[in-house]
Amino acid sequence: MERIRRIPAQQPLSERLSFWGFALAGLVAALIFLMPVVWSLANSFKPAAEALAHPAALFSKSFSLENYRRLEGVGAGWYVYATNSVLIALGTVALTILVAVPAGYGFSKFRFPGQSALFMIVMATMMIPFQSILTPLFLILKFLKLQNSLTGLVLIYVTFQLPFSIFMMRNAFDAVPRALIEAARIDGASQATILRRIMLPIALPGVATVAMFAFLNSWNEFLAALIFLSDQNKFTLPIMLVNVSSGIYGIIDWGALQAGIAVTMLPCILLFLALQRYYVRGLTAGAVK
Amino acid sequence: MAFPTSPAPAAPTPAARPLAQPAEPKGWLGLLFMAPSLVFITGLFLIPLGMTLWMSLHNWPLLGRVKFIGLANYAELAHDMQLWHSLGFTLLYTVLVTAAIMAVALPLALLVDRPLRLAGLFRTVYFMPVVIGFGAASTLWMWLLNPDSGVFAQLLRGAGLVDSAPRPLESFWPALGVIILMVVWKTAGFTMVILLTGLQAIPADVIEAAKIDGASVFSRFRRITLPLMRNSLLLALVLNVTSSMLAFDQFFIITQGGPSNSTISAVFSIYLASFSSYRLGYGAAMSFVLLVVLVAISSVQLAFLRQRPEES
Repeated sequence: MERIRRIPAQQPLSERLSFWGFALAGLVAALIFLMPVVWSLANSFKPAAEALAHPAALFSKSFSLENYRRLEGVGAGWYVYATNSVLIALGTVALTILVAVPAGYGFSKFRFPGQSALFMIVMATMMIPFQSILTPLFLILKFLKLQNSLTGLVLIYVTFQLPFSIFMMRNAFDAVPRALIEAARIDGASQATILRRIMLPIALPGVATVAMFAFLNSWNEFLAALIFLSDQNKFTLPIMLVNVSSGIYGIIDWGALQAGIAVTMLPCILLFLALQRYYVRGLTAGAVK
Repeated sequence: MAFPTSPAPAAPTPAARPLAQPAEPKGWLGLLFMAPSLVFITGLFLIPLGMTLWMSLHNWPLLGRVKFIGLANYAELAHDMQLWHSLGFTLLYTVLVTAAIMAVALPLALLVDRPLRLAGLFRTVYFMPVVIGFGAASTLWMWLLNPDSGVFAQLLRGAGLVDSAPRPLESFWPALGVIILMVVWKTAGFTMVILLTGLQAIPADVIEAAKIDGASVFSRFRRITLPLMRNSLLLALVLNVTSSMLAFDQFFIITQGGPSNSTISAVFSIYLASFSSYRLGYGAAMSFVLLVVLVAISSVQLAFLRQRPEES
């Protein structure tokens, strides 16, 4: 993404000054963006009394996992909610890929009358937010006997991942050279073989982008999970956090909340750090178009 | 937005794509590949979209008889002060938060737009809060802000700036202020990346030429950089306005609509009508109004976006 250039020592003073100005300003901003996360993590490992007395301290005298243990007593226990979140996120990722990859292939490599109109309809899903059709979705899930079920939630998440994912996959398949496909066809490869053996390897970075967005969005989604899940054993991590943060008899267990926040946000941060370039590619896909 | 990080690519224009690509021998086979996605989009998007309109014409309780009442829900909407208040509040929030995000993201984009390893590191750090969900971020800020054991209260007291811990959530403007602060922290990195793509698309020789002509830093920025990154500025604007109009999580979690119902956003009032009072028909009518407002806003913005700078 960036060309790397070292700053040689013997540069004019003005340039060195401007470099240090940049580094200082950047560092201050970086601290502002980092500190809330660092404070929260630090406090999740502090015993309650110490967290209350010195919330801003980064290191505490005693390291403790007591907050994480108390989180086991919240509702059905945090690992139940973590399992639900993992199931929903993996389900959404798998199903989104399974549906969006063939669709992107179809939109990229086939032409038939009405195809552009169809593509516009798919993309319109992006213009209209899912918040505005929650009420009927609630009835449809009830009709399908999928209310209060993780499967129902996955189906909704997949639907709203689709426009972006199909758009990404179409662009990914557009990048596959025509000649390569022709050659394979002459060699007698079937449609399915062409898709699996030639197209997919080239389109794989696009699949990674799609998977990453599907994971993060379904892991973090709050409103639909709040509305469609009513059984305590079905809740996801964000719902658990809100239940902890609303307290019991007006008393909020801040320590357990910190532990819960850590469990909820760390997977996202680690995934982002590991697969950053796929994420940024997805973001800029819209901007460059 | 509840899918806070969906990038929503700028209106794709299939017509603009080269159709020169020779088609597959059997074009209709493509439909087979698309079929599963069309089932999803029809069943869980198009049908509910139609149902929203249909339901809005009914008195539709969760249990009990559904009754056709024509436009009565819309007539009621017109006199629903709480709804108008929440729409007004959502607009106020959208204007303020979008301005705040732009004011932070543009300097950040300019700061990290240099070919240094350190700049790449800064980019990653500024972007990090974007991938944390609004649920986790909101509860995290609830703790930061709480007067008893929160970090802000301790730091402010420690610095001797205040005598007693501030309670920002107890009155309207401070509550709105801290929400905006939280949202800027969480989403500025996203806008920064969008603006950065615009900045990086500006040819370096244009800037060089201006430098040689003796243009000052300020006039280079105003007369070259800003006009040339116009499209990514507009895209950032569209994405921020749409997502702010749909804000829910932070108001549900941090302010819980308070103090005295002053921070109930539009989506929040739909939630209350449909899933707290279980007046599904009325909630659908509200949804439909919000939908029309949103589509209108984004069409106007996208119309601007489609115009190339050289045409205007």
